[in-house]
Amino acid sequence: MPQPRRQSLRDLIAQRGISARRFIADVHTSLPLATLDAVGRLRGGAAPMQGRSVLIRTRRQLPAALAAIALDGVARRILLCPPDVTDGQLQPIMQYGEVDAVVTESDICTDEAEACAGRMQGIEHLGMPETALDTEWVLFTSGTSGIPKLVVHSLTSLTTPLGDGLGDDRDVWATFYDIRRYGGLQILLRALIGRGSMILSHGDEPVASFLSRLGTAGVTHVSGTPSHWRRALMSGAVGRIRPVYVRLSGEMVDQGILDRLHQTYPNAMIAHAFASSEAGVAFAVSDRLAGFPASILCAPPPAAQIRIEQGTLRIRSGCTATRYLGMPDRAIADGSGFVDTGDIVELSGGRYHFVGRREGVLNIGGLKVHPEEVEAVINQHSNVLMSCVYGCPNPITGVLVTADVVLHRLLGEKSHDFAITKSEIISACRDALVPYKVPVRVNVVSDISVLPSGKVARRHA
Amino acid sequence: MVTIAQQQKKTLAPLSDDLALLDTGLDSLCIAILVAGLDDELGLDPLSAPGERRFPVTVGDFIRLYEDAAT
Repeated sequence: MPQPRRQSLRDLIAQRGISARRFIADVHTSLPLATLDAVGRLRGGAAPMQGRSVLIRTRRQLPAALAAIALDGVARRILLCPPDVTDGQLQPIMQYGEVDAVVTESDICTDEAEACAGRMQGIEHLGMPETALDTEWVLFTSGTSGIPKLVVHSLTSLTTPLGDGLGDDRDVWATFYDIRRYGGLQILLRALIGRGSMILSHGDEPVASFLSRLGTAGVTHVSGTPSHWRRALMSGAVGRIRPVYVRLSGEMVDQGILDRLHQTYPNAMIAHAFASSEAGVAFAVSDRLAGFPASILCAPPPAAQIRIEQGTLRIRSGCTATRYLGMPDRAIADGSGFVDTGDIVELSGGRYHFVGRREGVLNIGGLKVHPEEVEAVINQHSNVLMSCVYGCPNPITGVLVTADVVLHRLLGEKSHDFAITKSEIISACRDALVPYKVPVRVNVVSDISVLPSGKVARRHA
Repeated sequence: MVTIAQQQKKTLAPLSDDLALLDTGLDSLCIAILVAGLDDELGLDPLSAPGERRFPVTVGDFIRLYEDAAT
């Protein structure tokens, strides 16, 4: 049987209908989707990119998004390079990715007037393949050292989680993520294929400014990691947006952050999704409870198939990446197609709860502690906005559990008795955790470092 | 030691210089917490000091280690 013609991302966007209402915007500009013509924005035209392995390396997200839209179906492979990749990391990436073309900021036109002039000539469209190539989309995992892993997806694996009937042209999506990471790209594709608009975040833009920008543009759907959302809550500017949909992913979601977001946006649906660059989107839960119901394990296809083996979550679905580039000996999935996420879960009361990452475990004199399970308890404290648990060297047990906490700014530092809060935090930990998991030190800090991936920067990393 | 024993719900033996640390009723977690607390309060962590090879066996050894470190 002949295979159906592969549709490009541009085809998929066009199929959904492009009303005048829809746009894609960043901090500098807003482009209407109706006249976007992504291919026309390639200054060198499409022909030089046909069949090539193209590294998209731009400072801003908007040119990267336009290049990806233009090159899907044209290039053999596109590598979406996040902004924190250093020049030193690029050489092996270029080699593993067999990169033979690079698109930078200057290759993409984000200026509306210039794009219009280009469209008059139409030369950029010369060299477009008659049949869309099945372009490989390569995403970089958020490695904390060394070379990022290069994860290969297809447009199908990236868009399978999106389903049909996603909203309408009044939906305005935004994400704290960079769209060159899996979590951010998912939101961009949701907006583009789901008939909505998209507002991109911008490098060092203060959270409060970003929220103001989102509020002005009438954002309706916002996604980020729990750390992103905690920073938003800390900014004091969360009232500038009134989303109908709040999404969390990328890190363990605890009850504290779900409760705070519900309190802040009582009318919004609050969903937390499990996804990773390798496994793709596995499921989303919107009952405002941490963890996920055990019944998800029994959901029939096309839902993701989920197993718990050796305490970790394993996922098989159509959203899974196919392979790593440059790591021929390392498979993404096992022989049955299941991806081991490395996330450790425990069953309690008919619900699985995330307790931590396999590789992030602290060893307290031979006893294991997952920082995330301690953070989940600390974050329940009403005065705590964010916490980071790590191991502090100790000559007796190797390390001891230590916690940095950021307190709620609205309390006012002068009026608040830090000693009482610390004592309450430790007391809550003693009630909920075995003694070796209770932090020995609790430090009040003004901020907790968050990686470009939106995840807490852990000291073991 | 008394405070840590109370916090960790341990029964502390009557303390004397000759009492072995392992017989005080404090487990290694308690002693680790004690060492961390002394580091916080006194700025002394002789057990982690480079070149320090003595490991206290008795309560007296433990106290002497910190006294020596302080001088």
